[in-house]
Amino acid sequence: MKFYLPPQISRLAIAFAVFITLFLVARHFLVPETFGQYGHYRGASLDDNAMPVIHFSGQQACLDCHQDIEDLKLQGPHKGIHCETCHGPGQAHVVSGEAKDIFKPSGREFCGNCHSSNAAKKKETIHQVNMSTKNPGKNCTECHNPHQPWKVKK
Amino acid sequence: MESEKVRSSRRKFLKSAATLAGATIGYSWLKSTQFLVHGAEPEDKSLPWYGIVIDIEKCIGCGNCAKACKNENDVPKEPFFFRNWVEQYTVKNDGSVIIESPNGGIDGFKQSVPDDEIFKSYFVPKMCNHCAKSPCIQVCPVGATYDSPEGVVLIDEKYCIGCRYCVQACPYGCRFIHPVKKVANKCTLCYHRLKKNLAPACFEVCPTGARMYGNLRDKNSELVKFLKTHTTQVLRPNLNTGSKLYYNALSSEVK
Repeated sequence: MKFYLPPQISRLAIAFAVFITLFLVARHFLVPETFGQYGHYRGASLDDNAMPVIHFSGQQACLDCHQDIEDLKLQGPHKGIHCETCHGPGQAHVVSGEAKDIFKPSGREFCGNCHSSNAAKKKETIHQVNMSTKNPGKNCTECHNPHQPWKVKK
Repeated sequence: MESEKVRSSRRKFLKSAATLAGATIGYSWLKSTQFLVHGAEPEDKSLPWYGIVIDIEKCIGCGNCAKACKNENDVPKEPFFFRNWVEQYTVKNDGSVIIESPNGGIDGFKQSVPDDEIFKSYFVPKMCNHCAKSPCIQVCPVGATYDSPEGVVLIDEKYCIGCRYCVQACPYGCRFIHPVKKVANKCTLCYHRLKKNLAPACFEVCPTGARMYGNLRDKNSELVKFLKTHTTQVLRPNLNTGSKLYYNALSSEVK
């Protein structure tokens, strides 16, 4: 028996075939290679996100050279505070080893960032001072060793 | 009475329909086109599934986390867009609530209310909640934002078209358009650091240990132990976003 398709249907079928082929070809070139590898996203993007260089070196990198400072800190309430909390990002310093590549904090405002009194800070969590009445005009480090601030110079 | 011709064409139709259906199903089983059928990847149990805890009782509002985040992730200091930031909530004796976040808390806080008028006050550090069912992923029209196998919500900067849909969809206000790159930007939980076995920058610099991150799959991790022994809450639980950022001692004023 001869298979019979009306001409308007067969023309439509050809048009559909052309459109679907064009769509598949365009899709092949437009969809990135790794799209759908793990889910509805470009799989290679995971590597892109893992790429950026670090600026904070991490505490272990500091301890590799400065264990002596850590030993000072360990004796009091500043233990557990990482070097980069106050000294800022240290990766450049880790690479070069030069003192100019690390931030050396100074000034009342810097210490006050944590230690200025504020009703929102718990008394058990942090030692607080009233920055406007406590030795105004003087630098905190004139009396306090920055790595052992609980000890006051006589 | 059915003619032989009708019966044979029906048989032919059923045969071709079955072939077509079979071919479609077979095609959808091909691995390369699996995402056409379902978007979710099978869970890889060997990878960590990150969760975060922020202990409001320990936060002192020093803003180191917000500062470190900008440094680590090269987000320009100004204009004031943040991947993470700190808010100060002050409840006054008359019941009114003042919410402040000067420069995202990056330069620290000064209490603006006299002490005798304060009923209570506390800091709330905010960042991406890395939702398991995040609205920002659902609205992305091009698949440029996604949940990584580790449960970190990431952005594909090369694929993002900067349409800002996700910025509006995030109920926590954690997304912005990067002022230089002009594509969506947000906390990546320092994915580049996690992959190098380093702590994310904000966790690295927090002086009081108010922040904690860890593997939710590991029942012996510090994070899971903390969650077991404390009463924690996520922000806007009614939205069912599957948030994985848990706050300890969260007060009801926090939005």
